Amino acid sequence: MKIKNIIITFVSAIALLLSTSVVSFAKVVGDKIILGAAVSLTGKYSTNGKHTKNGYNMAVERINGMGGVKVGGKTYKFEIIYYDDESNSGRAAQLAERLIKQDGVHYMLGPYSSGLTKAMAPVTEENKIPMVEANGASRSLFTKGYKYLFAVLSPANQYLEVAIDLAVEKNGGKPVNIAMAFEQDAFSQDVRLGIVDAAKRTGSKIIIDDKLPKELNDMAATLAKVKATKPDVLVVSGHSKGALTAIKQISEMKVDVPMLAMTHCDASKLAKQHGKNSEYALCAAQWHKELTYSDKFFGNGIKFDKDFNAAYGYAPPYQAAESAAALLVWKDAFERANSLDKDKVRDALAKTDMETFYGNVKFGSGGQNTAKPMVLFQVRCEGDSCANRLVAPTKWASHKLVHPTPKWSER
Amino acid sequence: MPPFFKGAFFLNSMDLLIFKAPILIVQASMDGILLGILFALIAYGMALQWGVMNIINIAQGELVIMGGYVAYFMYVAGIHPAFGVIVSPIIMYFVGVGLYKIVINKVVDRDMFISILATFGISILAQQLMNFIFGADVVVANSNFGTTMLFDNSVTLPNSKIFSAVVSVIFAIGLVFYMKKSRLGRAIRATAQNSRAAKILGVDTEKVYAATFGINAALCGVAGSLIAITFTLHPYVGLPYTVRSFMIVIVAGLGNLPGVALSGMGLGVFEEFADYILGTEFRIGAVFLLLVFILVYRRFKLARKREYLK
Repeated sequence: MKIKNIIITFVSAIALLLSTSVVSFAKVVGDKIILGAAVSLTGKYSTNGKHTKNGYNMAVERINGMGGVKVGGKTYKFEIIYYDDESNSGRAAQLAERLIKQDGVHYMLGPYSSGLTKAMAPVTEENKIPMVEANGASRSLFTKGYKYLFAVLSPANQYLEVAIDLAVEKNGGKPVNIAMAFEQDAFSQDVRLGIVDAAKRTGSKIIIDDKLPKELNDMAATLAKVKATKPDVLVVSGHSKGALTAIKQISEMKVDVPMLAMTHCDASKLAKQHGKNSEYALCAAQWHKELTYSDKFFGNGIKFDKDFNAAYGYAPPYQAAESAAALLVWKDAFERANSLDKDKVRDALAKTDMETFYGNVKFGSGGQNTAKPMVLFQVRCEGDSCANRLVAPTKWASHKLVHPTPKWSER
Repeated sequence: MPPFFKGAFFLNSMDLLIFKAPILIVQASMDGILLGILFALIAYGMALQWGVMNIINIAQGELVIMGGYVAYFMYVAGIHPAFGVIVSPIIMYFVGVGLYKIVINKVVDRDMFISILATFGISILAQQLMNFIFGADVVVANSNFGTTMLFDNSVTLPNSKIFSAVVSVIFAIGLVFYMKKSRLGRAIRATAQNSRAAKILGVDTEKVYAATFGINAALCGVAGSLIAITFTLHPYVGLPYTVRSFMIVIVAGLGNLPGVALSGMGLGVFEEFADYILGTEFRIGAVFLLLVFILVYRRFKLARKREYLK
């Protein structure tokens, strides 16, 4: 009996020793600051997970290559531990736990999508581990009073508010009639709330408010209603599937609406997949390469686009850009905190106020980025090649908004 | 006013819309019928193998999506995706036979629960494989078929939907004749009636089962390429097609082809009207509610029958 007790004590003592030593070594190993990330490398988010990972990696290489992070007179390099969350929120939460408890990570990067970020945030929050995330825009992430969550992107409700303001402006300041179709998921419903607010603010009327079931890929009924009621703006959000279905059916049913505003145009490669049929669609984006923000690491958007293309062989969607920006925020925070203590770094993160190639970053009380407006682009075609052209805010617009959208019979 | 009531009030105004613009009734009916025919084709394949092999194929939707990708890759290669309705069933037939040889023949004489698990496994595997091979992007194959406008442009029907419905009908009729006239068709029907008797009379039931599963996969291939033309494709959107075809078969009953066609169209139209009257968010819920009513009604009818037999 006694021997058994001794053995148990001995084993647990070793286990304790091991675990504490792992924890104290893993956050900073030698001259490396270890960041933890669970991203979707398989499963339904694997495309965007790849963009996220490439964005992170590119920024790590760039920061390390340009002198690394200087903390307390010593130079550190970034390194990221990745796990595949399989596009599964349960798995994401587990991996957050694993990164923190087993790998001893003290600094986290976000996963892809609002849903997975929502799954990880309670874990990082409970363990008081700061997380800078770049791909969870859902408003509910920022209303829970999280103290350790920081998002470099604008919250989902801001995605298409600009479009309503634009429609009102084009209508001579008079309120407009809005038709909207949103998928029933956290993100799209947040976008919807933004539109509802914008409608209230401008006195506009919502005449169609369809909530599309997730499994639905037919919008014919909604579009028939739009044809019958002739709204001034049609707003659609339902991830890539929603964007592609909407354009397909709008062009097939020849639905004429003066303004069509959507999300996920570049994630779904709308301009490429639908070509001329997608022309004049207005899309919300977190970032566009033609914005004139700049920093010393990536230069500006155009340069980032070029470098990313050279490194990974495709043009960076905004998911990659915002992910890269997350690393710039980490670097800045470490250097201002001048410490590796996670609470000091957290406080430094909260006081972030900087410009990156991706946009200004300043965190509100809920952790959302309040300094960066959303941008709108419009799909425009020259001959048969179509591309997203920046039309709002007017400060950066490379093209003038075409409004109202020409009728199908005149195209 | 609480948001729910606001919603309900709003639904009332939507409700009015379809009566204010009665032409929408035509639009909804046409949309529902065209969609329903396409679903009926998938359901027909399901009913066939359910009837013959007593297997509920949970992977039905994945077979459909796989067939769709065949059409999509033809589109990418510069061939019109409509030709997918010829190529896709041929490829999918062999996929079906292969699946039968590898998995299904091991579960075909076990109870239904085992086969549900097995096909569920196939469905997960197929999703992940498609995701791995084709990528997680949502893709479309544009047919550029144009649009048919009726009643002074107030009813619009995409020609791709009309094309889908016509092709579905052609394949369904073709299959009916095939089942009636051909040797294999007769063997399949004989096996469905009584597999043991068919075996005694010299029918190679193993071959019949493989062919049945192959034919089902081929039908899914046709439906898939039609879906590639009319809607969008993604490795994970198969399940709704499984559920829908399952429902159509449940409503129609096994071995009842006109019933499958009618219940497909009926559910399609019902769903469209539910969208206009109850709101888009309730359209799928409404269909399931209808299913519950039908099942309960069936039970009562059956119970009455049993009493009569006593």
